Amino acid sequence: MDDLYRELIIDRYKNPQYRGELDPHDITFEDDNPYCGDHIRVDVRLDENGIVTEAAYSGEGCSISQASADLLIESIQGKSLEEVKALTKEDVLELLGIELGPVRLKCALLSLKVLKAGAYGLGEASDDLVA
Amino acid sequence: MTSNTQKNAALDVRKIRGDFPILDREVSPGVPLVYLDSTATSQKPLQVLNAMDEYYRRSNANIHRGIHVLAEEATADYESARERIAAFIGAATPKEVIYTRNTTESINLVAQTWGRANLDSGDVVILTEMEHHSNLVPWQILAAERNLRLEFINVTPDGLLDLESYSELLKLDPKIVSFTHMSNVLGTINPAKEIIQMAHAAGALTLVDAAQSVPHLSVDVQALDADFLVFSGHKMCGPTGVGILYGRRELLEAMPPFLGGGEMIKRVELRSFQNNDLPHKFEAGTPAIAEAIGLGAAVDYLSSIGMDVIEQHEKEIIEYALERLEEIPGVQVFGPEAKYKGGVAAFTLPEAHAHDISQILDSDGVAVRAGHHCAMPLHNKFGITATARASFYLYNTEEEVNKLVDGIYKVKKIFA
Repeated sequence: MDDLYRELIIDRYKNPQYRGELDPHDITFEDDNPYCGDHIRVDVRLDENGIVTEAAYSGEGCSISQASADLLIESIQGKSLEEVKALTKEDVLELLGIELGPVRLKCALLSLKVLKAGAYGLGEASDDLVA
Repeated sequence: MTSNTQKNAALDVRKIRGDFPILDREVSPGVPLVYLDSTATSQKPLQVLNAMDEYYRRSNANIHRGIHVLAEEATADYESARERIAAFIGAATPKEVIYTRNTTESINLVAQTWGRANLDSGDVVILTEMEHHSNLVPWQILAAERNLRLEFINVTPDGLLDLESYSELLKLDPKIVSFTHMSNVLGTINPAKEIIQMAHAAGALTLVDAAQSVPHLSVDVQALDADFLVFSGHKMCGPTGVGILYGRRELLEAMPPFLGGGEMIKRVELRSFQNNDLPHKFEAGTPAIAEAIGLGAAVDYLSSIGMDVIEQHEKEIIEYALERLEEIPGVQVFGPEAKYKGGVAAFTLPEAHAHDISQILDSDGVAVRAGHHCAMPLHNKFGITATARASFYLYNTEEEVNKLVDGIYKVKKIFA
């Protein structure tokens, strides 16, 4: 439990670095976690080479969902769209640096699911994106 | 009535806790369980576990039509449970007590059978803003199919039903008013008798979602004059997989059947069938026999303690819990003051999300629920996405409330 609420997570929850909305944007997507009502929207701007120049997230939810969104958005700055599409569950867990049970895993992976659904240009976000 | 002599007897919680083996467990080494999630499902006493175990060890057989000892015993136990459940809720006859899977299935049964036979384009169904999804979605499905008009009794900022808005809605000539007896989020105990009287005066039938009331209060379907009343076994010390639909006999008799199959028929030909009599008409297929027997044992257990004694105990616990929670800076508890509610306290903290509250409490063994509790419209109404919910039952103690409060202070420290 102490691990779960390590300083990094509480800090990012209380002092997010990448919160906001970008208008205009090249990619935007939003989705909910129906079990707990967590909501995440992700906006991304790309340059002509498909490199992320700017990205932000908005929404609400628990510390795990919001802190993981903040860390994830930080990690994609300067990455190519292809690199974003290739992100996995393990990448997010590495950013968080904690182990999570099945329920909280959904909180942690909501932002990745939303980001990848947007990157792939999908109509609907699927759990398969973060399996 | 024997319950009168017990009316003022305090509940012996220590003795009660001895009946629930799970309450002795630790959730991690040295951390005992503090179970504050009975609104989701209650724990089960030995009396219920033993009744089900005994059935499987001794009498397991399919019910009805078997001409052997086991089948006869199983049938007798299954039907005897129905009789005791009928008596527990004051039904005029066990024929009015239908076994279903749970509250949700009971409501779907009414919507799909009575609803399809009696509701048509433009007809009005009245619900409330504090309903569980199980008393919203079945009506939404039927409304889409039949072009019905759904209207909702308002919830006041205090978490009570606005009966003035209800009076206005009754002028729309509704066909049915389907409402929760006790909110699973706010804890509000709604004035069911008054709501039913008003509905009847307007010519509407009523369905009472009693999932949260039957486990905690003395409920009498005839005193309420309810047309339909539904609840689940698992929230009242019984097992999952069994619930009840109570319906007035003439209504049930006039309704078309729900699921088709064995047991619900009198005779079947290749192209036709004839319905069985009540209650079997609505019980197609092999039912949850052990679970029905378990629910029978649960009502025996609750009756032996006395529902008025249980209600009094929960009143004391919720009063204490609200008092302690309100001491904590920033805690907002939703719902009315203690005198209008049962043992449910849904709350938020400004600094931490309900999930985080629940997770940190769990590390001290305190089990509460976090989320929208299957009442998203109600949470939207109050402008929140999630609450943490502590709920209490006959086995909970003031010391457990203290552990909850200590845990909330720990949350505040971590998120300070």
